[in-house]
Amino acid sequence: MSLTVKAPPARLDPPGPPQPPGRRRVHIGRFDLKFSPYLYVAPFFVVFGVFGAYPMFRTLYMSFFDWDLVNERTLGHPFVGFDNYAAMFTDPYYWNALKNTIGIFLLSTIPQILLALFLANALNRPLRARTLLRMAVLVPNATSVAAVGIIFGTLFQRDFGVINWVIEKVGLERIDWHGSLWAEWTAVATMVDWRWTGYNALILLAGMQAIPRDLYESAAIDGANQWRQFWSVTFPMLRPTFLFVTIVSIVGGLQLFTEPVIFNNGFSVMGGTRREAQTMTMYIWEKSIDQTQNAGYGAAVSWSLFVLIMIAALVNFILVRKSVK
Amino acid sequence: MSVTKHRLRRVAAVALVATVALGAAAACSKNDTPAAGAKPDKLIVDTFGEFGYDDLVKQYEANTGIKVELRKTAQLGDYRPKLVRYLATGKGAGDVVALEEGIINEFKINPANWVDLAPLVGDVSANYLPWKYELGKAADGKLMGVPTDVGSLAVCYRRDLFQAAGLPADRDAVSALWPTWDKFVETATKYRAATGKGLLDSVTTAASAVIFQVGGESFYNADNQLYNGDAKPENLVAAKSPAVKSAWDTAVKLVNANATAKTATWSTEWSAGFKNGTFAATLCPSWMTGIVSDNSGPDNKGKWDVAAVPGGAGNWGGSWLSVPAQSKYPAEAAKLAAFLTNADSQVAAFKLKGPLPTNLTALQNPDFQSYQNAYFNNAPTGKIFGESVSKIKPLVLGPKHGSVKEKALEPALQAFEQGKVSEADAWKQFLNDVPIQGAY
Repeated sequence: MSLTVKAPPARLDPPGPPQPPGRRRVHIGRFDLKFSPYLYVAPFFVVFGVFGAYPMFRTLYMSFFDWDLVNERTLGHPFVGFDNYAAMFTDPYYWNALKNTIGIFLLSTIPQILLALFLANALNRPLRARTLLRMAVLVPNATSVAAVGIIFGTLFQRDFGVINWVIEKVGLERIDWHGSLWAEWTAVATMVDWRWTGYNALILLAGMQAIPRDLYESAAIDGANQWRQFWSVTFPMLRPTFLFVTIVSIVGGLQLFTEPVIFNNGFSVMGGTRREAQTMTMYIWEKSIDQTQNAGYGAAVSWSLFVLIMIAALVNFILVRKSVK
Repeated sequence: MSVTKHRLRRVAAVALVATVALGAAAACSKNDTPAAGAKPDKLIVDTFGEFGYDDLVKQYEANTGIKVELRKTAQLGDYRPKLVRYLATGKGAGDVVALEEGIINEFKINPANWVDLAPLVGDVSANYLPWKYELGKAADGKLMGVPTDVGSLAVCYRRDLFQAAGLPADRDAVSALWPTWDKFVETATKYRAATGKGLLDSVTTAASAVIFQVGGESFYNADNQLYNGDAKPENLVAAKSPAVKSAWDTAVKLVNANATAKTATWSTEWSAGFKNGTFAATLCPSWMTGIVSDNSGPDNKGKWDVAAVPGGAGNWGGSWLSVPAQSKYPAEAAKLAAFLTNADSQVAAFKLKGPLPTNLTALQNPDFQSYQNAYFNNAPTGKIFGESVSKIKPLVLGPKHGSVKEKALEPALQAFEQGKVSEADAWKQFLNDVPIQGAY
């Protein structure tokens, strides 16, 4: 490396008036100050550029063409302008995928965040083996999503599944989890909640621990009970954390893919005989990878999903900011 | 300037250089094409389901010193997207890949993706069933694939469950129960009355069989078009073809008679159903015997048997081995494909996992003809499947035959079977989805 500089020799003479440093050292010092910070963050941006930004803009480019994934290199791709985007509006399966994505998202996220809040509040109290318990809630998140899909697929099996066995023991009718829209959505939402409730609980717990203790003390002196303390102190102070948790849930929830695919083994990306659990990402896969000649349309659907996520995150941001003020 | 800061800066610079180099390496790696005729260290074979090549590749390794890696994908539905990805990016495909009859026509659209095998394996046209060999050719005459197997139909059934239901268990007597599909429905009704269970796994296995038994046009006409004339719903080939009509009607009869266990093929209910006796019979093309024994497990050995199919001979499934143009060793890959499809290899694969030979010498091989499958109560599967091979009627398989069957016909039938929709709505769903899945 050309920029190597020897470490300054140990000072032997008594300190006198400071001497002006050599020209070269000034240059290097300036270079260091100006450019090294960029160098430090560069690896992230290079990796993000290659694996994040480039595919995104490549997808945007593709969405304006009639693109055949397999034969594109030999047959080319004609430009179609906004045709792919226009086609989405009259495609009933696109709206079906959108409905399923939002439906499963709401069905999974609302109970999940409530449950996470409850768990975080419980873990925020003086408990025995507190660290162990806090670690334990994260375990489901550390398991592979494919494994979760396969195991829950077995649990939710119609004929020999544990869940139907319990349902029958209780005296109810067994449920065909692929048999109706709500059964299918519930099963998929359960898988999502299993993985993410603990994670969100830990984030909320971290937020709770940052709340100053004296607020609780004053509240207690004012005569607020536990319940009142939670709603009047913990909850308002948690809003920024809530914003984070909700945005992460939106981004994850709207990109739901693996759970419904594995749960619908045999129909793969169609998500059931009537497309009950086909999410947006599954529909993108169906158009781009399954029906290879529609990769341009798939790219347009990808961008509609991106815009949808941006809007959802923005609305959430504005709402939370307003309420903080 | 402190030493730590100095070192940190160096680390950052190294990290940056490494990241850039990594990207550059990835971009440049396609330039390392080996010299022509170079001997490969390793060849990769991509298959789905069960081809029975496990022992054969070991034998090939021992003979040639070339390592062979066998990459298996359980389901065709998961295998095809992988293949699409390899072709789209121009890298990643095996040196030899299996193409099933439902997907080979789709890849024929662009023969540039494939190596012409004819000059590499020589003239082998006389070695195989003629119609099967012809289907391996692209429109420009290029030999895209050498034939592996055909599906020749039979019914696999559980002897013990038949006995328990008061039905005969002997294979000839069982075959006599159902010369036609109507008789099959009658038997299923008896089975339901005796046990309260469905006889057949799902309507879709029956529908698949019937399409091939009727033969001729199904979803596309002979010109690979979905419509006869203008692209109007009433002109859809699938709406009127006798094969689809018979398959649909048979399926509806089975549903109305409550003859099935409603376990969608390849679902977890289906796989578990083999072990648990959820159903007592399934349609068995030859390659399915390997899947039945794998799903049922060693504990159920001898409980399954093989009987004749209702409604006459037919084919379901079967594949070819092809060499993608992106393979670095096309000549060696073609040799391996030729080895895996030669007469002896096809007999060996049949004994291991059931894919039925297409090689005429293999079909005449006494070892094949006298083969009894121990798992299936020593059923003479060589004789049963071998005899029906000559009766197979070739079907018109359009470019996306597999997609239309699996993503338009089967979901519609299953939705009706599950009771989610009426027959009329299921038919509507099917006709709506045919152009979506069948366009190419």
